[in-house]
Amino acid sequence: MGLNKYSGRPFLLKGDQALKAVVAAAAVAIISLLALLAYELTIGSRLSIDKFGLPFIAGTTWDPVHQIFGALPFIYGTLLTSGLALLIGLPISIGVAVFLTEKMKSRRTTAYLIGTMVELLAAVPSVIYGLWGLFFLSPILRDSVETPLHKYLGFVPLFAGTPFGLDFFTAGIILAIMIIPTISAVSRNILNAVPNSQREAMYSIGATDWEVIRKGILPYARSGLFGATILGLGRAVGETMAVTMVIGNTPRISASLFSGGYTLSSVIANEFTEAPAAIYISALVELGLILFFVALAINVFARFLLWRMSRMTKVKL
Amino acid sequence: MTTTSQSIAGRRRFTNQAMTALVYLAVALALTPLLLILGEVVVRGAPVLSLSFFTNLPTPVGVPGGGIANAILGTFIMVGIGSLIAIPIGVGAGVFFSEWPESRLSFLSSFMNDVLAEFPSIVIGIFVYIVIVLATHTFSALAGAVALSIIMIPIVARTTEESLKLVPRSLREASMALGVSRWKTVLRVVISTGKAGLFTGILLAVARAAGETAPLILTALGNTFYAKNLLEPTAAMPLLIYVYGISPFADWQAKAWGAALVLVFIMLALNLLVKLTVGRRFANVRAEN
Repeated sequence: MGLNKYSGRPFLLKGDQALKAVVAAAAVAIISLLALLAYELTIGSRLSIDKFGLPFIAGTTWDPVHQIFGALPFIYGTLLTSGLALLIGLPISIGVAVFLTEKMKSRRTTAYLIGTMVELLAAVPSVIYGLWGLFFLSPILRDSVETPLHKYLGFVPLFAGTPFGLDFFTAGIILAIMIIPTISAVSRNILNAVPNSQREAMYSIGATDWEVIRKGILPYARSGLFGATILGLGRAVGETMAVTMVIGNTPRISASLFSGGYTLSSVIANEFTEAPAAIYISALVELGLILFFVALAINVFARFLLWRMSRMTKVKL
Repeated sequence: MTTTSQSIAGRRRFTNQAMTALVYLAVALALTPLLLILGEVVVRGAPVLSLSFFTNLPTPVGVPGGGIANAILGTFIMVGIGSLIAIPIGVGAGVFFSEWPESRLSFLSSFMNDVLAEFPSIVIGIFVYIVIVLATHTFSALAGAVALSIIMIPIVARTTEESLKLVPRSLREASMALGVSRWKTVLRVVISTGKAGLFTGILLAVARAAGETAPLILTALGNTFYAKNLLEPTAAMPLLIYVYGISPFADWQAKAWGAALVLVFIMLALNLLVKLTVGRRFANVRAEN
């Protein structure tokens, strides 16, 4: 670029600077957007923060009529459904990733087709998951999973209460299905990034396929897989529509999975446009602020883990 | 399994086979919901489809013959305007990330971009509600479009960055060696070589935005008629699916399935188009978003 100075066409240098300025402005816009998001949410929830203070987070009552607002039922619902989703979705996702990277090495087409199908799960809009959950999954779970569990294991608090189908359990299952493509796609890239020497060394001492995976691959990929898991958790925590349609929408803290509940995102979706009072809206915005910080923390942590993994393997994840 | 030899103890072989079976089971469990969802959407949605379903306005409960024309139009308008906002910012940021990767701004912004890509869309809805709906005193297509654009930007930015990084260094060097300035090299050589990737990113962003519901509840709200301008509550397909789906009326529920079929068809078409044009290169980007 230094040559431009002698080429007699100095405007070229200006062109370079102009391009850089324009595209840098776009990059700055992204940072500003996130900062503005945090700022506006904070301002919007000030009414609620001033009135309820820190106890808002621990408050168990959500009573719009008497204007008593506490966030705990929603935080509980978000944690419970996301936890359930990880419990079910994680082993399946890792299984899919292991299948695609380790079992299908010689069958590229099969791996490609199955990989594509799993990715398509991510392309289905969440409102359609909700519709399907409401009309198809919920009745099936109620009749063939929840009812038997309650009948035989009803003495366990987890399975107490009358199975209704629209509850934490159904929401957790829907979320599990929805995070599978996220976790399995990232995990697949991570397993692909594991150097072959890890595999060859294990095979050379006579290990079985499983032993190679268990002792040669998974330990090496641990921090990356953890990152993928956290990324899946972030998706489950932020998911709105599908959960709203199947969780029953009642602000309740219950040990039973068969109880209706609410999550941070679903209460916002469900009550925001119907909230008449300023303090009510402000309380909902504060729930959004909580969701903002939880999602921020989760995503920053996940990115950090993935970044560490890509530095280790020299592959961008 | 080719490496299993006679010497392997039965227990180890059994564990190996059991784990292999579990891995196959995991794949079956992951694929079953996709087939069930697609099957259910087709079976319940297909009987509803007719020409009038695409051309008529919704009718009140019990009045036969209603359609979803306003929702289809609303989705097109909001995704269209959303794209007009998101594409310049997304492509610009993507060019910056790929051409000036060492700068501190690039690192910070690309990190924020990754965070934004995974952000709960309902939070974006609240943000746009505060910034635009409260300011204009109305739910509107404009607010909906802005919300969708915020969802699209990170997808466009990341696919742009990745596709431009795939452009061989030798092409840039050849261009620069001929005395072409850097900005012309970027615009004429790099972007033009990577444009298939850019196009993919835009398609993926459009597909994602067209299916978004949560932010639209707080911004576009929905409408049973055509919106007369951009500053009126506006219908959208995902909104209609949500409202009709949770309604107690069989007629509306059936229409929700019909709209779901249309939406799923659009999604699959866009995603398959992406697959066919660019292949597997950007597969991971879609899945992560």
